[in-house]
Formats: sequence, structure tokens, C-alpha cells
Amino acid sequence: MSAREDAVDAAVMPPDLLAGRELALEARGLSLDYSERRALDAVNLQVPRRRVTALIGPSGCGKSSLLRCFNRLNDEIAGCRVSGEVRVLGLDAYAETTALPELRRRVGMVFQKPNPFPQSVADNVAFGLRLAGLRSRLELDDRVEAALRAAGLWEEVRDRLDDSALRLSAGQQQRLVIARALAVEPEVLLMDEPASMLDPISTLRFEELVVALRERYSVLLVTHNMQQAARVADYTAFLQAGRLLEFDATDRIFTNPRLRGTEDYITGRMREDRG
Amino acid sequence: MDRLHLGQHISQQFNSELAALTKQVLAMGGLVEAQLATALEALAARDLRQVAHVVAREDEVNAAELEIDARCTQILARRQPAASDLRLVLAVVRMVANLERIGDEAERIARIAEKLGNAELPEHYAFKLAQMGSLVRDQLRGTLDTFARMDETRALERLRRDREVDVLYKELTRLLVDLMQRESERVPAALEMLWGARALERIGDRCKNICEQVIYLVRGKDVRHTGLSRSAAPLPETKQ
Repeated sequence: MSAREDAVDAAVMPPDLLAGRELALEARGLSLDYSERRALDAVNLQVPRRRVTALIGPSGCGKSSLLRCFNRLNDEIAGCRVSGEVRVLGLDAYAETTALPELRRRVGMVFQKPNPFPQSVADNVAFGLRLAGLRSRLELDDRVEAALRAAGLWEEVRDRLDDSALRLSAGQQQRLVIARALAVEPEVLLMDEPASMLDPISTLRFEELVVALRERYSVLLVTHNMQQAARVADYTAFLQAGRLLEFDATDRIFTNPRLRGTEDYITGRMREDRG
Repeated sequence: MDRLHLGQHISQQFNSELAALTKQVLAMGGLVEAQLATALEALAARDLRQVAHVVAREDEVNAAELEIDARCTQILARRQPAASDLRLVLAVVRMVANLERIGDEAERIARIAEKLGNAELPEHYAFKLAQMGSLVRDQLRGTLDTFARMDETRALERLRRDREVDVLYKELTRLLVDLMQRESERVPAALEMLWGARALERIGDRCKNICEQVIYLVRGKDVRHTGLSRSAAPLPETKQ
């Protein structure tokens, strides 16, 4: 048995589910403690390349904590301790030799609340490129356009590139943030409740974009909206109380999950023995 | 009883919607069962009053199908059910379509009583048909019972018992074909009887379809077209 198969718990995930697939992200025996509380407990998770994987589970189950291990955003939190292994595109994310800026360039992140900078639309998208030292006006323009197109926003903002990004709608702002992330050509996109502030139409547009992104990017999406996970994700992981309970193809999770705990959660059941 | 834990949703409203749905299916099942019983009695006794009774109640069966379908549509649109809830709604839609067709077959059997009128056939033919009728009635009752109990093991047993219906059907067909070859004046009556046997055989098949849906909704395993009825294989593993 290969090391990779070894890292999969058959009770959590069918052993051959990701056979032959390259992995974008991997957690092995990952535990995370905040000063008082254990947020993740020996999680083994595999996120395949160029697919959308959704993380679902009740509030406080550790979804966001897990997501933030992959770009080491948890490092910023005082008292936060991580143990186990986190691999990003084959590299050990927590190794001393791993350069954090490079890790974060390759792993883009989109947050719940759209957070454009108080600058023009174009400058928002060019921000990371300028930070990386790109100066050519022509090249910047090209890269900005390409990123906005990839984020499905170009047609809506092509005549407003110099307007303040804060004047865009919430849905547009969220896609602008994605364009900003895409501009630096990441390979993985982490999304933490990215559509929860959007109206239904913007949400659908956003979901269309996520599905299109899987052609080139690996997406790990935290969502409270189970229909959203069902609509966009190829794979779905169910977390509860810091543990990964079940990982499977989304079709399977939403029609016939293997575990009663998953079933109870996605169908909105409350079990008496769990209180 | 509550194998699917239908009453454990956080939404009490959803609990009662699903409870009402299963109750309606069972009520429709009871109605169809009564239709079949009356039709078989009408056939045995050539009782035209009972024939009329079956024909009149056929509308109720159709109305029940429409009502249950509408309820399922509402649940799909408003609740977006997942997992066992989704399977329940899908299974119910398929089951009521089968129940409605069983209703049609019952009506067909009743009308055969009318067509046969006073035509007589040797007693053992009627006996065989009655034997098949009571077997099919038992299959229908048992099938509905597996749904009421959400019992996939019994559903599988029922499904496999359809073979007994098929055996009787083949026997009766052979007897009737022989009779028609020997005594041409009996052809019209024998043909009617053959249609009756065929209607019963089809009801058996419909019961089988319903049993498959019970297995699907409890286990999440679609066993249609898998040859499960002809094999002795056990059901797939149940969830933990």
C-alpha cells in the first residue's frame, strides 16, 4: 500500500475514490489547537487537483480552521498550534524551507466579505502583480484583462476600470476579489463562505464562475449552504467537532451518504442521543 | 417503525409533511387493495353491482395519484430534500404510478366479469384463476406492508415471491390455450379469462416494482434491472 493510500481512513472515504488523481492539498493527521480548545483532531483530507471540493459541517466544526491551514493563515493567531502534516502542491507547507509569500501566491484566498481595496477596479487586480515587481504598463493591462475575464467580470467593468472598486455591487466585488487572486496565477483557490453575503442571482453567477474555474484551478470551498455544495462541488467533505467524518463524491453524499451523522446533517435532522 | 427517522427533522413542519405523504400513499394502497378484492369477487360471482362499484371508485384512485404527485412536487420545490428524504419522495412518485396502474388492472378484471356474463368454463379454470387472484392479493398486501414498515428485507422476499405468480400464470395460459385448441366455441370466454390472468400477472410485476422502490428508499440502492429477483444474493450493506 502506498503512503498515500495509507493516509486514507476507509471509514471516512472510499479508498479508491481519488485513485489516479493528483492531489492539490493534503492534510495528514492534522490537529489544530487554539489556546483553550482543540479545533481539528487528526484530520486526513485529500483535495484533488482541478476539482471543486466543498467542506460542510455545523458552525464551529473546524471548516475555516482547516481551510486556513493550507495557506498558513492560522499562523497569525496567537496561541494557535498545528501538528501533523499539511502538503500544498506536494510541498510541506509548514517546513522551514517553505517560503510563505510563495506559498500564498500559489494558494489564493477569497473571504466571506468581499474585501476590495479602496482603489480603482484595475489597480485592485494589478495589486499583487505590482507587489511582485511587474512594472510594464502594457503587460499589467493584459494581465488585468485576463484576470477579469477569468473571473467573469470583464464585460461588466471594461468601461469602469478606473472607477473605485467600492462602487461595484457586492456580487461584482466578490468576483473582483477572485480576479485579484487569479492575477498572480495561483494554482489553488481557498474560499471561505464566499457567497454568503450575495443575493441569489449574484450567488448563481458566482457559482457558475466556480464551476468554470475548476478547468484550471483546484478549489476548496467552505460553505454553510448545502445546496451550494451540491451544485458546485465534485467532492464533499463533512466535518463535525473537528473531525473529518465523511468524504465522498458530492452525488453520493447528497443522495446516499454512508454515515448516519452525515445524513442527519444534510437532511436537517436532530438526533436525540446527540442532544 | 420509523426506519428512516422521518420524524427527527429540526423542522416540525417538514416532519409532518413527510408523515402526511406516507400516510396518503398507504391510504391509496388500501384503496387499490379494496379495488382488487372487489374486482376478484365480482369475477368469481359475476356480480355486476360489484363491477359497477369498482368502475366508480377508479376515479378516486386517479385522484389520489394526482394529489400525492402534487404533494411531492411541493416538497421538492420548497424543501429541496436530500439523501433519504429525497429518496422517499422519488420512491413515492414511482410507487403511486404503479399503484394507479394496479387500479387500472383491477378495473380491467372487473370488466371481464361483465364480459364473461353467463359463459361457463370447467370449474378448475376458475379455481386456478381464483388461486392466482388470492396470491396476487397477498402480494399486494405484503408489498404495502413492507412500505409501511420500511422493511427492505421483507421487500426483497416479496419481490422474489413474484416468481410464484409467474408460475401460476404460465400454467393457466397453457391450460387455456389447450382449451381453445380443443373447443373453439369456448374461445371467447377462454380469451377473457386469459386477459384476466394477464392483468393479475401485471399486478404482480407492479408489486415487484414497488418492492424495488422500498429497497431503494431504505438502502439507497437502485435494484431495478439487476436480476436481484432471480438471484439469491443478499441486499447491499446498510449504513452504519
